[in-house]
Amino acid sequence: MSKSERVIEREEVVIRFSGDSGDGMQLTGTLFSNTSALFGNDLLTFPDYPAEIRAPQGTVGGVSGFQVHVGQSEVYTPGDFADVLVAMNPAAVKANSKYIRDGGVIIIDEDNFTEKNIKKAGYEKDPIEEDRLDRYNIISAPITTLVRETLKDLGLDPKTVIRTKNMFALGMVYFLFGRDLEYTEEYLKSKFSKRPEIIEANSKVLRAGYHYAETIEAMTPIYKVSPASIEKGLYRTIDGNTALSWGFLAAAEKAGLGLFIGSYPITPASGILETLAARKDLGVKSFQAEDEIAGICTALGASFAGNLAITTTSGPGLALKSEAIGLAVMTELPIVIVNVQRGGPSTGLPTKTEQADLMQALYGRNGECPVVVMAASTPSNCFKYAFEAARIALEHMVPVILLSDGFLANGSEPWKIPSMDSLPEIKPPLVKEGDDVFIPYERDPKTLIRRWAIPGTRGREHRIGGLEKTVKGTVSYIPENHEYMVKMRAEKVARVVTKVPDLQTYGDNEGDMLLIGWGGTYGHLLTSVRELRKEGRKVSLAHFNYINPLPANTAEVFSGFEKLVVAELNAGQFIRYLRMEFEELKFKQINKIQGLPFTCKEIKEQCVKLLEE
Amino acid sequence: MNEEIVEYSPNDFKSDQEVRWCPGCGDHAVLAAIIRALAELKIPKEKFAFISGIGCSSRFPYYLSTYGFHGIHGRASAIATGVKIANHDLNVWQITGDGDAMAIGGNHFIHAVRRNIDINIILFNNQIYGLTKGQYSPTSFRGAITKTSPFGTVEEPFSVGELVIGAKGKFFARTIDSNVHLSTEVYKQAALHEGTSVVEVLQNCVIFNDGVHKELTDRETRDETTIVLKQGEPMIFGKNGDKGLKLDGLKLKVVKLGNGITEKDILVHDCEENNPGMHTMLANMRYPGYPVALGVIRCVSAPTYDMSVESQIAKIQKISKIKNVADLLKSGSTWEAK
Repeated sequence: MSKSERVIEREEVVIRFSGDSGDGMQLTGTLFSNTSALFGNDLLTFPDYPAEIRAPQGTVGGVSGFQVHVGQSEVYTPGDFADVLVAMNPAAVKANSKYIRDGGVIIIDEDNFTEKNIKKAGYEKDPIEEDRLDRYNIISAPITTLVRETLKDLGLDPKTVIRTKNMFALGMVYFLFGRDLEYTEEYLKSKFSKRPEIIEANSKVLRAGYHYAETIEAMTPIYKVSPASIEKGLYRTIDGNTALSWGFLAAAEKAGLGLFIGSYPITPASGILETLAARKDLGVKSFQAEDEIAGICTALGASFAGNLAITTTSGPGLALKSEAIGLAVMTELPIVIVNVQRGGPSTGLPTKTEQADLMQALYGRNGECPVVVMAASTPSNCFKYAFEAARIALEHMVPVILLSDGFLANGSEPWKIPSMDSLPEIKPPLVKEGDDVFIPYERDPKTLIRRWAIPGTRGREHRIGGLEKTVKGTVSYIPENHEYMVKMRAEKVARVVTKVPDLQTYGDNEGDMLLIGWGGTYGHLLTSVRELRKEGRKVSLAHFNYINPLPANTAEVFSGFEKLVVAELNAGQFIRYLRMEFEELKFKQINKIQGLPFTCKEIKEQCVKLLEE
Repeated sequence: MNEEIVEYSPNDFKSDQEVRWCPGCGDHAVLAAIIRALAELKIPKEKFAFISGIGCSSRFPYYLSTYGFHGIHGRASAIATGVKIANHDLNVWQITGDGDAMAIGGNHFIHAVRRNIDINIILFNNQIYGLTKGQYSPTSFRGAITKTSPFGTVEEPFSVGELVIGAKGKFFARTIDSNVHLSTEVYKQAALHEGTSVVEVLQNCVIFNDGVHKELTDRETRDETTIVLKQGEPMIFGKNGDKGLKLDGLKLKVVKLGNGITEKDILVHDCEENNPGMHTMLANMRYPGYPVALGVIRCVSAPTYDMSVESQIAKIQKISKIKNVADLLKSGSTWEAK
C-alpha cells in the first residue's frame, strides 16, 4: 500500500492509551489531547484509573487508561469504542479488549508480552487467540528494545530509559494521526527545564516512535481528522475541576467578595482545593481542614464574616457535612457545597463515576431542610454552574449543593474562554452600617430573602444560630413560629425558580419519547438522541441542570411526549424525585451502576426497546 | 486593629435577651467578667464576634450585644477559624465547654490550637454535661458518679492545659468563675494575645455537679488550694504568703518559707518561656499535693495562621502576573479559532 492509499478521512476517532498505572498513560493521553486541540479538533477526554497509586504491576487491577475522542464536528462523549488502543502490556489488552471497535488498531509493546506477564494478566497462553484479537489490526512493536537502542549512547540509568517508553508509543500515534510533535517537545522543555538529559531522551524516543511507525511496512491506515469548524474565539482545554474552581473565582470577582474554600482532600474532588490553593494571587483563602466537618464549618464561618464561601467534597464527605448544611439552612447564610460524585455507598469506588448522591443532596439531613440543588453537565460548563451556584447562594442567602461527578471532574474538552463582561453582576443583599434596628430574619416580601449583615458593620450586631428563632432572632419554641419559619425557608428556596432558565429540549416539543437526564450524562444522552433521530426515531432530550427547584416549564415540556424515560447512573433517584413532583405522569427508566459512564450503544438499544414496548 | 479607641461601659455589651441559665450557675459570673473585659478593651463593638457550640455555656452569644453565632455541637473552633481567616480584623471569641471542646469537638479544638489561629477560646469546665442533664465529660475525674457512670467512670480525664500545650498551644490561662476580678484580667490578656488563647474557667454547675470546685473557691480554703501566677513574680501562695514552689529534681515541690528557705529559693513565673516543660507541670498541679495554678500560665509569641495567610497572599500578589480572573482565564496554553 502506498501512503496516499492508506489515508482515511474520518469525522471522529477514539484513542485509548493504557498501561500499568506507572507507565505514564495519563500524561501521554493529555499530550495527545492538547496537540489535537491545538490542531483545531473538538475533543473530550476520559481518564480511567485505579484507586491504588501503584497497584501490582502487570495486573488488570493496575491498568490505567486515558481515552480521548477527537472530531471535526462537536464531540460530546469520550466515545464508546476505541479505534486505536495503545496497550503497554497484556493486562492492558485484557482490561480493554471489549472496548475496541471492530477493525480497530491495537499497538502493543511485544517486549512486555512475556509468558509471565501474559499469565499475570489472566490469560492462559495467547491473548490474541483467547480474546480473538485477530479481528483487529495489531501493530506489535518491540518498544522496550527500541527505546533501549535509541538511548544507548546517552549513558542514562536503565530505569530512566524505560520510563520514556510512553513517548515512543505517543510518537507512533502522532504518526498515525499526522500530528506534529511541537507541542509535546515544548512541554518536555518546560517540564524538565532543569534536566536537559531528560528532555533529550524523551524527545529522541518520541521521534524514534514517530519514524518507526513511518517506516514499518505493516502499518495501518493513517487517520485524518480535519479541524472542527468551531465558533471563532480564544480557546483552551479545561477539565471539570478546574472549570469549577475558576467559576467560583469569577463569581467572587463579580460579587466583589473574597473567596474562601474550606475543604478536606478526597478523590475526585481534591483538584478543586488544589487549583484554588494555587490562586493566592487572586486573594483566595484556601483552608485544608482537619476533616470534612471542619471544611464546611470554616466555610460557614467565612460566610458569616462576608466571604463567598465554598466547601468541596465527594459522597462520603457530603454525609459528614450534613449537620452543618442544616446549620447553613437555619442561619440562612450563603454557601456552595460541591459534591463531585463517585461510586458509593461508603468508600465505594473512589476513582469511578456515579450519580447516586442525588437523594443525599436533596434530602440527606435532619429536619425540614431544603437547599438548592444543581448539577453541571459537561467538563467546561462546570464553570458556568459554579458561577450560577455562587450567584444564587449569594443573592438568595441560601446554601446550594452543586453536583459534579468523577467523569466531569477528570474529563477535559476545548472551551471558548468567556469574557468577564459577559457574566452577570452578583449583588448580595449586604446591609450598610446604620443605627436603626437590624432584624436578622426580616425578609424581602417578594423573594423572602433575608439581608446579610457582616461582622465589622457598625450598628448591625445580631445573633444567629442553629436554634429555631423568631424573625427578630430570638430563640423560640413557639409551635406556630416553628411551622412558619420552616415554611418560609422552603418557600424561599422554591422562589429561586426565578433564576432558573426554562428547560429546553434537544429535538422537538413533542414525539414518541423524551429521554430525560441530569448532570454528567449529558454528552452520552445527547449523542444517543442525535443518532436515534438520524435513524428516524421521534426521540428528544430534556437534560436538567437545576434539580431543586426544577425549571418552571418542566411539566409543560413533559406533556408533549408519549413516553418519558429517565436515564441515570444510579438505581433510579431522579426518577423517584420526578414521580413525587409529577404524581400523574408515568416514567420509565434506564440505569447503569458500574462506576462507568453510559455508552451510547447501550442507551440507544434500551431506548429502542422501550419505544417498541 | 485597635486604632479606633472607643469608650464603653459593661452595659453596652448586654443584649436584650433574658438570661436563661439556672439561678446560681457559674456562667452568670463569667458573663459579668467578659462584659467587663470587653468594655475595658476599647475595641469598637462591631469588631467582636462570639462563636459558640452547644451546651449551657454556648448560649453565651445570645446574652451579648455583639455579633454572635451559636453553632452546632463541637464545631465552634472550626466556625471561629473561618470567621477569623475571612476577616482578620475581627476580634473572635469562642465560647465552649468541656463536652463541646474536649469530646465532640476535640479534633477541631486541637487543630485550631496547633495552627495558632488568633481566636480566644473560653472553655467552661464544670466536669459534667449540663444541658443533657448530668452525664460525665472528658474532664470528669476517674470514678465520678454520674447518670451514665452510676458505678463511677473508668477512664482518665483530660487535663485541659496539658492538652493545649501538647497541641503546640502558645497561650493557656486558668481562672475560676466566681473570681470576677482575676477573670476580667485573664480575658483581657487572652484577647490581646496574638494567636490561639485558651482560658479554662473552672465553673460550677449548680444542678448536676454542685461544688465540684468548692475547695478552690471557698473563702476558708482557696488561699491554700490555689496559686495565682504572675509574670516575673515568685510562685508564692498560702493565707500568710508562706508557701512557695521550687524544683526538686525534675518535679515541682511545695515548700514552706523560713528555716533557711527564702524568697530567692522560690521559682519565678515566666509565662513567655518557649519550652513547655515548666508550664505543663504548672498546668497539671492538682489539689491536694499542689495548689491549682490560676492566671496566665503560658503566653508565648509565635506567628499566627491568619496573619501568615495574609502575608503569603500579599507576597504572591506582588510577583504574580495574574491580577484578575480575566488574566487567569487567558493564562497558559490557549489558541485562537478563526
